[in-house]
Amino acid sequence: MTALASSAPAERRRFAVDLSLPVLLLFATVLCLLIALPLSWLLIYAFSDKNGAITLENFHRLLSDAAYLDPLLVTFALASLSALIACVVAAPMAWLVARTDMPLRRTVRLLVTASFVTPPFLGAIAWELLAAPNSGLLNQLYRELAGLPEDAYLLNIYSFAGLVFVVSCYTFPYVFVLVANALDRTPGDLEDASAILGAKTWHTAWRVTLPLALPAMLAGALVAFLQAMTLFGSPAILAMPAGFHTMTTKIWSLFQFPPRPELAAAASLPLLILTVILLRAENNVLGRRSYAVVGARNSEPRVIRLGVWRWVMLACALAVLTCPVFLPYFALLNASFSRVASHLVWFDNFTLQNIRFVFHELSATQLALRNTFVLGSLAATIGTILALVIAYVTARQAVVGHRLLGFLATAPVAIPGIVLGVGLFFSYARPPFLLYGTLWILLIAFLTLSLPAAYQQLQSAFRAVHPELEDASRILGATRLRTLWKITTPLLRNNVIATWCFIFVAVIRELSAAIMLFTSETKVLSVLIYDLNESGDLAAIAVLGLLMLVITFCIVALANSLRFGGRRLPRAG
Amino acid sequence: MRNRGAKLTRRKVLVGASAFGLAGSFATRVLSAAPPASAVTPELIAAAKKEGKVVWYTSVDLKLSEQIGKAFEAKYPGVACKVERTGAERLLQRIGQEYAANVHAVDVVNSSDASHLIYWKEQGLLAPYVPEDVAKFYPPEHKDPDGMFASFRVFLSIIAYNTNLVKKEEAPRGFADLLDPKWKGKIVKAHPGYSGTIMTATYQIAHELGWSYFEKLARQNVLQVQSAADPPKKLALGERAVQADGVEYLILKEKESGQPVEPVYATEGTPIIVGPNGVFKAAPNPNAARLFQSFCFSPECQQLCIDIGGLRSVHPQAKEHPGRTPLSQIKLMKDDPAAVLKQGEEIKARYVKIFHV
Repeated sequence: MTALASSAPAERRRFAVDLSLPVLLLFATVLCLLIALPLSWLLIYAFSDKNGAITLENFHRLLSDAAYLDPLLVTFALASLSALIACVVAAPMAWLVARTDMPLRRTVRLLVTASFVTPPFLGAIAWELLAAPNSGLLNQLYRELAGLPEDAYLLNIYSFAGLVFVVSCYTFPYVFVLVANALDRTPGDLEDASAILGAKTWHTAWRVTLPLALPAMLAGALVAFLQAMTLFGSPAILAMPAGFHTMTTKIWSLFQFPPRPELAAAASLPLLILTVILLRAENNVLGRRSYAVVGARNSEPRVIRLGVWRWVMLACALAVLTCPVFLPYFALLNASFSRVASHLVWFDNFTLQNIRFVFHELSATQLALRNTFVLGSLAATIGTILALVIAYVTARQAVVGHRLLGFLATAPVAIPGIVLGVGLFFSYARPPFLLYGTLWILLIAFLTLSLPAAYQQLQSAFRAVHPELEDASRILGATRLRTLWKITTPLLRNNVIATWCFIFVAVIRELSAAIMLFTSETKVLSVLIYDLNESGDLAAIAVLGLLMLVITFCIVALANSLRFGGRRLPRAG
Repeated sequence: MRNRGAKLTRRKVLVGASAFGLAGSFATRVLSAAPPASAVTPELIAAAKKEGKVVWYTSVDLKLSEQIGKAFEAKYPGVACKVERTGAERLLQRIGQEYAANVHAVDVVNSSDASHLIYWKEQGLLAPYVPEDVAKFYPPEHKDPDGMFASFRVFLSIIAYNTNLVKKEEAPRGFADLLDPKWKGKIVKAHPGYSGTIMTATYQIAHELGWSYFEKLARQNVLQVQSAADPPKKLALGERAVQADGVEYLILKEKESGQPVEPVYATEGTPIIVGPNGVFKAAPNPNAARLFQSFCFSPECQQLCIDIGGLRSVHPQAKEHPGRTPLSQIKLMKDDPAAVLKQGEEIKARYVKIFHV
């Protein structure tokens, strides 16, 4: 060490040049530990029986028993429908916001962000309050308006359709954000050219803008599909009361006493395989074309004038946002201050008892809040750095084996959180890594789970940035890491901040892995809410849920102020 | 290479536990019984304060469990009570998972599935400790002969209905009535894979009425919730008209606070649920654990459970609450924790097959 410290400056510079590779190797090793370890346990378990002998029996049971096949089909239908709905709803909305003169565009964006950061399980509980067949507020209103008897109902949230609806409510923002970002980045040159050559507005949108946004939309649909597929909270809240399972709730039920991890591991493999196939397909579609649209030059996109239609469009956008934002938030607010969650707050039943209960009587509140906050910030910071470096390596093909790195970073997307939770439990509940019962195991889980989406975000950002600026930096003598830090990162600053927030928010709302890994000392907010839901304490959930949303919005607001605050802030920090 | 110890099956543990149990029963026979009764001494209180907290894993409804914790904190300032509430079957899973990984977080446990206490005792996880009240007042059938646990709470799993949605004359009188087609889509029911109350009740109902009752009930499109504490809340919300099972104490509480719910004590008999409390041998706060265990069985806490909780008590000094049907006037089914322990896995599997979740 001392020899290194006293070495000549010239030598040190040479050492610095060589630093890129070791750092990248380090990241690869960390990734391997993060992902390969629980995955190997998963594989080992899938192919063994109760006594540890190798067997195919688990798969035989899966394929021959309707109790496992049905959830698989239900899950596939749920994910496909949700992704489809997400695309149909979100892509036009993103176009309206990014390219037209629709009023309140910023507000619409903010509201989509709000639905983006709303934990899906919270949305599901809120929709229980709204559309449970008998006690749901909307059904009560419907009966009132139509003068119907007590057991008539309009909506039944405890059904497959109800589940698809609620899941779509909270997956469409994935498509929206990706498409809107892509359109923001796309220069107006091509559209200008199209307009100058005489194409009508809609023709330009269809033939020029849409193809430019298509990769982002496909990526969004993919993320939406995978999110819907691996979601645990919403189906646990809505599907189980209705008497059916999705794959995740089935897997979860396999860990009830007596646990059958072999079957659960085997049951998660179809999801893994499906995801790998989808990711390859996406690669093939996107790999053929070049979408480098940000070069050294840039121009503002032209605004499309909608005329009177802009108000109609605004009404449509707001109507869509009613489902994930306005109605659920209202239901939660109502339940927070009502004696009975299914009654509208009025003078005779207004109460502060629920708030008092959560903050003064519920002994887990403070602990859960602190744990959630610590885990959120740690995972977001480490995760962003990891995702940035990996995305750079794979987008620029900087090192041999970058494909493997990219695969490892995307692989967790295929693992339902709950299964990863179990993989992690088996990996880290024994020597040499004794982490169960500490926050570290949750940190690893959250990092692993949020990495794919963070990586995808940053990678599609890298794809859109032409390497010419980086090449210039490299030619002028900077190392890869220096280039990444000085040139690429500033170019992608908005994406980096967005990714940080994205991970933080993802951590706050993560439930499925946490539910396998928490102990009474390491409880997080999402688990607390889920526990409360199982015993039907809706009022306490409403209060905690609103608190969770407030924290989330503060983080998002903070990130936004950084983003718009100019260049000084990051340097100061 | 693979640590199979991390995986517990009831059967496996029983084999291991029976070996332990042999040695254990031998030892207890020499000592002839449970340890002598322990009074709450100033030394115990001082030692508990030094530890500063007690962690109580329980399946009793959240509000009541936090109130018990607060009452304990009020009586012994300086010892915080951390309540970890979830369904009894989830507690079983969680404690198994924690102990397999050598995480000792729980001090005192309370389960609404009495067989769990037998199971933990057989595993050698519990510490013998007999609070004074238990030694003096508790009937023998409500305390473990080796002093590992005693019946902290007794309550029922009952049928009930929402009086706004169901007229009194039309209300079900027993389990057979629930199979009437007119209740299709109007019943809420909790799950034995989550709730110890329902696990125990399912055993008793299947034992008395046979599994065909559940097979017919499953055709009624029941709303399947998890916790036995949830159906009373779903009734109060007006989400379903009738509960097929669920804890009695919340129905009593909801009714007394003016909610439109009414208990039904089934003509066939009502399942009785015993929820014992036990101290863990490896409790991180051993003194606070013992102090809390003593507090739980005091007449004071038992009366609190009855008055604000709606529970029943076997402490002879605790008085029945006026306006509630006394336990002696209710036709009860018979509980048998040892049989539940033996058949638990099978009951869960069978239930899942019938109800699909």
